[in-house]
Amino acid sequence: MGDFYTIRSKNDKFSMKFHKKSLFILICLLLLTVVVFIISLSAGSSYIPVGAVFQELISESDHTFILNELRMPRVIMGFLVGAGLGVSGLILQGVIRNPLGSPDIIGVTGGASVGAVLFMVFLLGEMSVNWLPLASIIGAAVTSAIIYLLSWSNGVTPMRLILIGIGISALTNAIVTMFMVSSESAVASKVYLWLTGSLYGSNWQEVTILLPIILTLIFFSFFFTEIVNVKQLGDDIAIGMGVRVQFFRFLLLALSVTLAGAAVSFAGGIAFVGLIAPHIARIILHKSFANLVVGSALIGSSIVMGADIIARTAFLPSDVPAGVFTAGIGAPFFIYLLYRNRKGFR
Amino acid sequence: MIKSITNRHIRWMTLFVLLLLFVTASFLSISLGKTSIPLSTVWDAFFHYDPSDTNQVIIRTSRLTRTLIAITIGTSLSIAGALMQALTRNPLAAPDIFGVNAGALFFIVASATFFSVESLSGYMWIGFIGAGVAGVIVYLLGSMGEDGLSPIRIVLAGAAISALFISFTQGMLVLDEQRIQSVLFWLAGSVAGRELNLLLPVLPFILGAIILSLLVGKPLNILMFGDDVAKNLGLNTGLVKLVIGIIIVFLAGGSVAVAGSIGFIGLVVPHIVKGIIGPNYQWILPISGIFGATLLLCADIAARLIIAPQEMPIGVMTALFGTPFFIYIARKGVKKSG
Repeated sequence: MGDFYTIRSKNDKFSMKFHKKSLFILICLLLLTVVVFIISLSAGSSYIPVGAVFQELISESDHTFILNELRMPRVIMGFLVGAGLGVSGLILQGVIRNPLGSPDIIGVTGGASVGAVLFMVFLLGEMSVNWLPLASIIGAAVTSAIIYLLSWSNGVTPMRLILIGIGISALTNAIVTMFMVSSESAVASKVYLWLTGSLYGSNWQEVTILLPIILTLIFFSFFFTEIVNVKQLGDDIAIGMGVRVQFFRFLLLALSVTLAGAAVSFAGGIAFVGLIAPHIARIILHKSFANLVVGSALIGSSIVMGADIIARTAFLPSDVPAGVFTAGIGAPFFIYLLYRNRKGFR
Repeated sequence: MIKSITNRHIRWMTLFVLLLLFVTASFLSISLGKTSIPLSTVWDAFFHYDPSDTNQVIIRTSRLTRTLIAITIGTSLSIAGALMQALTRNPLAAPDIFGVNAGALFFIVASATFFSVESLSGYMWIGFIGAGVAGVIVYLLGSMGEDGLSPIRIVLAGAAISALFISFTQGMLVLDEQRIQSVLFWLAGSVAGRELNLLLPVLPFILGAIILSLLVGKPLNILMFGDDVAKNLGLNTGLVKLVIGIIIVFLAGGSVAVAGSIGFIGLVVPHIVKGIIGPNYQWILPISGIFGATLLLCADIAARLIIAPQEMPIGVMTALFGTPFFIYIARKGVKKSG
C-alpha cells in the first residue's frame, strides 16, 4: 500500500478506479473554476459579453481598461484568496482531526486581522504595502501560537483548541475595534471595509505580491501528502510507521497558518471558505491528500469568485463585501455540520 | 436546605461590600470623565441644584444618564447570564455567546435599513424578537445531541449564528455608508452618548424582568436538582423554564436595544458570584445583578479614561477583561465534561 503514496507521481497513486473518478472530477472542477472566472470578468456594473472577454484574453478589446485594470486583478485576487483559504482549512482539519476546524473559527484569521490592522493604522504611511502580508502572517502566527499554548494541558484536544480559539477571536475583535475607534475616521472606514472581506479595489500590485506567496505555499503542501495520508490513520499508527508526529503537526500547522494569514492580508475576513471548501472536496473526491489539496483550492476559489460576482451585481450600484455572501452560505453549512455530527462529539 | 451560619455571614458580607462598591462606583462614574467633577459638586447637583453651574448641568444631563444606563445594562446582562447558565447547565452560557446579542443587533439594523423603523420602541420590540429567535435556534442546535445539551455544541452553534448575523449586519452597514461610523460604536457596545429617552421605554420591561427574576430563584434552586426530581417535588418545570426564557429575552434584548452588544459581563459575573456565595440562586441572582452593575460601571470609567479625551467602546473593555476568564472556564469546564 505504501508504494501508492509516492509524492507527485499521480499516475500510480491509486487503484485505477479511484484514480479515474477523481481525475475526472478534478477536471470538472477545473472547468467550473474557469467558467466562474470568465463569468466574473464579464459580469459587473457594466456587462461585457463573454466574446469580448475572450478577445481581451487573447489580444486587445474595447474593454481593456475595465477588464485589465479593474476586473482582472480583482478576480485573480478572489481566486488566490479562495485557494489559500481552502487549502489552509483542509490542512487544519487534517491536523486537529475535527470537521469544524477552520482558520476563522479558531481565531487564526482574527489574529491576522490584528496584524493587518496594526500595519494599516501605524505603518502604512512609512512602509510599502508589500509588507502587509508579512504583518498579517505574523499576526496569525502569534495568535495561533497563543491559542495552541493555552489549549495545552497534557496534550491538545481539538475541542479545547476550538473553544479557546472562539474566546481568542472575541479578544482579537476587541483589539481591532480598539484600534479602529482610536484612529482617524478615514482609516477607520478603510479598515472596516477590509474587515468584512472585500475584494473591492484589488490592483495588480497586490496580486503580484500575493500570487507567488500563495502558489509557493500550496506547492509546498504537496510535499506533505504522504505524511498526512498516514496521519489520518491516527497518531499511534503514524508513529508506528515512523512519522515524527509532533514535528509534522507543527510544520503543517505553520503551513496552514501562513496560508490563512497571507490570504486574509489583502481581502480581509472572508469567512467560512476555509470550512466549507475542504468538506465539499472530501465529499466529491477520493480522500487522498493530493487530490484534496487541488480540490479544496479549486472549490475555495470558485466560492470566493462566485460570492464576489453576487456581491458586485446584486445591490448595484453598491459593492457589498464578498465576505457577507460567503458567510451566508458558510454559516448554514456549519450548522448543518453540527447537526450531522450531533452524535459524533461533545 | 441547611445553611451553615458561616455561609449566611458570607452572603450578607458580600452583599454589604458589593453595595458599598456599587455606590462608590456610581459616584465615581458620575464624577470622572473628560472633565473631572469633584464629588462635592456631584452632591450639590442632586441636593442643591444650581442651573448656572455648568458642571452640575453636565451631571444632570449627560453623566447621570450614562451611569443609569450602565447600571441597568450591567444588571440585566449579569442576571440573564446567571439564568442562562442555570437553565442550560452550561458554564459557558451567556447572552453574547448564545448569539442573542448578535441576533438582536441584526434584527434592529435590518428593520432600520429595510423597513425604515425609526422609533425607539420599535427597535426595542424588534430587539426582543431578534434575541428570542437567535436564542431559540442556538438552544435547539445545542440540545440535538444524544446526551442533551452539551456545552461545547452550544458554544459552537452560538459562534456560527453570531458570525452569520454579524456578517449580515456588516453587509447592511456597508450598503449604508453614512451610518457606519455612528453604528460602529453601537456594534462594539457602548453606554456613551445615549439619551435618557432611549432607556425609558425599555426600562419597565427590564425592571419587570429583574423583579420576576428575584421570584424564580427558589423554583430554580429546585430545578437544579434535575427535571425529574423537580417534577416529583411538584414543580411545573415547563412553566418555570418558559418564564426564565422570557426573562432572558427581555433582559438581553432590551440591553442590546439600548447599548449594543456588550460581551462577557453575562459570562463572568455569575461565575465569580457562585464562587463566593455558593450555589443558591435566590442569592446568586440579586448579587449577580449588583456585581454586574458595579463591574460595568468600572469598565465604563476605564473606557472613558484609558485613551482620554477619546473614548473606547465599553464592549472592547469587557472583552479585554473577559476573554482570559472565558479561557479559564473553557479549560476547566472542558476537562470536567471530558
